[in-house]
Amino acid sequence: MKYEDRIVTAFTGCSVLWAVLGMLAGVYVAAELVWPTIDFGLPGLSFGRLRTLHTTLVLFGFGVSGLIATAFYSVQRTSHVRLFAPGLAWFVFYAWQLTIVLGGVSVMAGWNAGKEYAELEWPFDLAIAVAWVSFGVVFFGTIARRRMEAIYISNWFYGALIIVVAMLHIVNSLAVPATIGKSYSLFAGSQDAIVQWWYGHNAVGFLLTGGFLGMLYYFLPKQAEQPIWSYRLSIVAFWAFVYTYIWAGPHHLHYHSIPEWVQSLGMVMSLILLAPSWATMVNGIMTVSAAAKKLRSDPALKFIVLSLAFYGLATFEGPMLAIKSVNVFSHFTEWTIGHVHSGALGWNALITFGTFYFLVPRLAGTQLYSARMANIHFWLALAGVLLYVLAMWGAGVSQGVLWLSLDELGEVRFSFNDVMAAMKPYYLLRFIGGLLFLAGAVLMAFNLMRTFAGRRTVEIAPPAVPAARGLK
Amino acid sequence: MNFLSLHKRLERHSGLLIFGILVVSSIGGLVQVLPIVLDDAHGAPSAGLAVYSPLELEGRDIYIRESCSTCHTQQVRPLLAEVKRYGPYSRTGEFAYDRPFLWGSKRTGPDLARVGGKYSDAWHHLHLLDPRAVVPASIMPAYPWLAQRDADHGRSIAARMRALQMLGHPYTNEDIAAAPVQLEGMTELDAVTAYLQSLGRSMHAEPQP
Ligand code: HEM
Ligand code: HEM
Repeated sequence: MKYEDRIVTAFTGCSVLWAVLGMLAGVYVAAELVWPTIDFGLPGLSFGRLRTLHTTLVLFGFGVSGLIATAFYSVQRTSHVRLFAPGLAWFVFYAWQLTIVLGGVSVMAGWNAGKEYAELEWPFDLAIAVAWVSFGVVFFGTIARRRMEAIYISNWFYGALIIVVAMLHIVNSLAVPATIGKSYSLFAGSQDAIVQWWYGHNAVGFLLTGGFLGMLYYFLPKQAEQPIWSYRLSIVAFWAFVYTYIWAGPHHLHYHSIPEWVQSLGMVMSLILLAPSWATMVNGIMTVSAAAKKLRSDPALKFIVLSLAFYGLATFEGPMLAIKSVNVFSHFTEWTIGHVHSGALGWNALITFGTFYFLVPRLAGTQLYSARMANIHFWLALAGVLLYVLAMWGAGVSQGVLWLSLDELGEVRFSFNDVMAAMKPYYLLRFIGGLLFLAGAVLMAFNLMRTFAGRRTVEIAPPAVPAARGLK
Repeated sequence: MNFLSLHKRLERHSGLLIFGILVVSSIGGLVQVLPIVLDDAHGAPSAGLAVYSPLELEGRDIYIRESCSTCHTQQVRPLLAEVKRYGPYSRTGEFAYDRPFLWGSKRTGPDLARVGGKYSDAWHHLHLLDPRAVVPASIMPAYPWLAQRDADHGRSIAARMRALQMLGHPYTNEDIAAAPVQLEGMTELDAVTAYLQSLGRSMHAEPQP
C-alpha cells in the first residue's frame, strides 16, 4: 500500500494556477481604481464582477485547493495509512475545480447571490456542499483507519476547518431559488447581516486562520526538523480558538442597525481572541528558534517564518480593529483592505508558498529546480506585501480621519469626492505592490513546474509500524 | 494532569473529536445569532416601508449582479459626521425587504442609503453611463450596457416575485401578474435608477421626531 500522492499533486498544481489567475484579477482590479476606464465597457471586466472573481479565485481556488492538498498529504503521514476512499477523493478534486471554473465564469456573466464571500449562486452552493462533505468523509475516514494512537494536532485544525465551514456554508446559503441563476436569501435585512457575518468572519477564522494553522502545525515542524515546542499550549489554544472565534462576527457590524449587545459581545470576544492566536504564534516561533541555522539556507523555511510574523501582525491588528472606538475610523476604509491583505498575502499566501517549495520536490522525488529563484521570490513577495499594506494603512487612516472631521461650525470639513481623489497615489502604490507580489508567484509557478518536470517516480509507503492497540 | 488525560481520550477517538468541535463551535451561534434570527421584531418592516415595485426589484437585482455593493455601502452609522453627510442614520426596520442585505463593507464610493430623491433621474442616467461626465474625478466604472438592455430580458420577474412572495413579501397574485407588463419598454438603466430613487424613501415618509 502506497500513499495516494497523485491527488496531492493535482490539488497543488491547481492551487498554483488559481494563485496566479486570482492575483492577476486582483492586480487588474487594483489598476481599475487608478485608471477606471480600463474595463473597456466590457461587463465581464467591470470592477464589481472582477473583484468578486478575485476573492472567489484566491479564497476558494488558491486557498482551499492548497488546504485540501496539504490535508491529504499530511493526514496520510500522520495516520500511517493510505488515503481512505481515493475514488471519492478524486471526485472531490473534479467537483471542486469544476465549481471554481464554472463559478468564476458565472460571476463574470453576472450571477451573484450578493453575499460577501458567498457570491456563487445556489447550484454552486449545492455542489460545494456535496464536495465539502465528501472531503470530510475522505479525511475523517483516513483518520478512523489510522495506525497511530493519537490524532496529530494538524488534523484537529483541518478537522475544525471541515466541520465548521460545512455548518457555516449550509446555513448562510439557505435561499429560495427563483431561476437557475437567481435566488433570494432566506434571511432579510439585519437578520441576514448577522447570519452573513457569522459566516464571513468564521470563514476567515476557520479557513484563512484555522485551516492554515493545520498547515503550519504539520509543515513547520517537518521543515524545522523539530517537534512542536509545547504540546499542552497547542491543546489549550485549539479549543479556545474553536470556542471564541464564532462569537466575533459582529465586529463587522459596529454601529450598524443591529442590537448594541451583539456588537459589544463581538468586540469583547475579538479581544479575547488575541490570546489563542498569539499562543499559536509563540508555539511556532519557539519551534523554529531551535532550528535557526537552517533558516539561512532553506528558502521554504524562510517563507514560513515570515508568514508567522504576518500572522502575528494580522491577529494583533484584528482585535484592535474590533474595538468600537477604533473601528469608527477603520470601518469602510482602505484600512480594512490593508488588514485583509496583511493576512491574506503575508500569512496565507506566504505559508502556502513555503509549503509548496517543501512539498513539490518531495512529490517529484527530486531537488527544487532553483533555490535562487525561490530566494528572489521571497524578496519580491516581501516587498510586494509591505508596499501593499503600508499604502492601504496610509489611505485608510486618512479616509477614516477626514470623513469624520467636522469644522468649527459643526459642518463636515471635506467633501467625499475630495477624499476619494486623494486616494490615487495610494492606489498606485498598492497596484505596484500587487504587481511585485504577482511576479513572485509567477516565478514560483515556473520553478515548481520545472521541478516537477524533472520528477522521478517515487511512491512512498507508510512505515511498517504495527497498528496501535485499542484503536477505534 | 487531569485535563490532559481527559484530552487524551478526545484525541484518540475521531468520533469524539468531531463531536467536540461541533459542540464547542456551535455555542456562539446559538446564543448570539439564533435568538435574533428567530425574533420577528428584528425582521419587521418600519411604518413607512413599501415593498419594492417590479421595476425597483429589477433594478436591485441588477445592482447585485454588478456587485455595486463592493464599493457602495447602504448603512448610515449614528455618528455626527455621517448623519451630516448622508442623512438620518439607518434603522433595522428599513431593511425588512432586503434579501440579501446590501450594507457592504467598503466605501470606495459614497454611501447610498439616502440617495433616493437627492438627484434627478436624468442625473443618474448620465452618471451611470459616464460617471466622469458629472463627477470629473470619479473612479466609478461606466455601465454603458445598461442602456442597451431591456429590463427583465430574461423574462423572470414573475418567478422572482413569486419566490419573494413565498418568503413573506406582501406581493399579491395580481401584482405578480401585472409585473411583466409594467417592465415593458423599460431599460436596465431605468430599473437601476428607479431602485436608487427608492433608497431611503421610508425615512422621508416617516415623520421625524
Ligand atoms: C484575532 C484575529 C482577528 C480579528 C479579531 C480580526 C478582526 C477583524 C476586524 C475588526 C475587521 C474589520 C471589520 C470591519 O470594520 O468591517 C476584520 C476584517 C477582515 N479580516 Fe480580520 N481579524 C483577525 C484576523 C484575520 C486574519 C488572520 C485574516 C486572514 C486573512 C483576516 C481577514 C479579514 C478579512 C478578509 C476581513 C474583511 C472582511 C470584509 O469586510 O469583507 N483577519 N477583521
Ligand atoms: C497580487 C496580489 C493581490 C492584489 C493586487 C489584490 C488586490 C485587491 C483589490 C484591489 C481588492 C479590492 C479592494 C477594494 O475594494 O477596495 C481586493 C480585495 C480582496 N482581496 Fe485581494 N489582492 C491580492 C491578493 C489576494 C490574496 C492572495 C487574497 C486571499 C488569500 C486576497 C483576498 C482578498 C479579499 C478577501 C478581498 C475583499 C476585502 C474586503 O471586502 O474587505 N487578495 N484585493
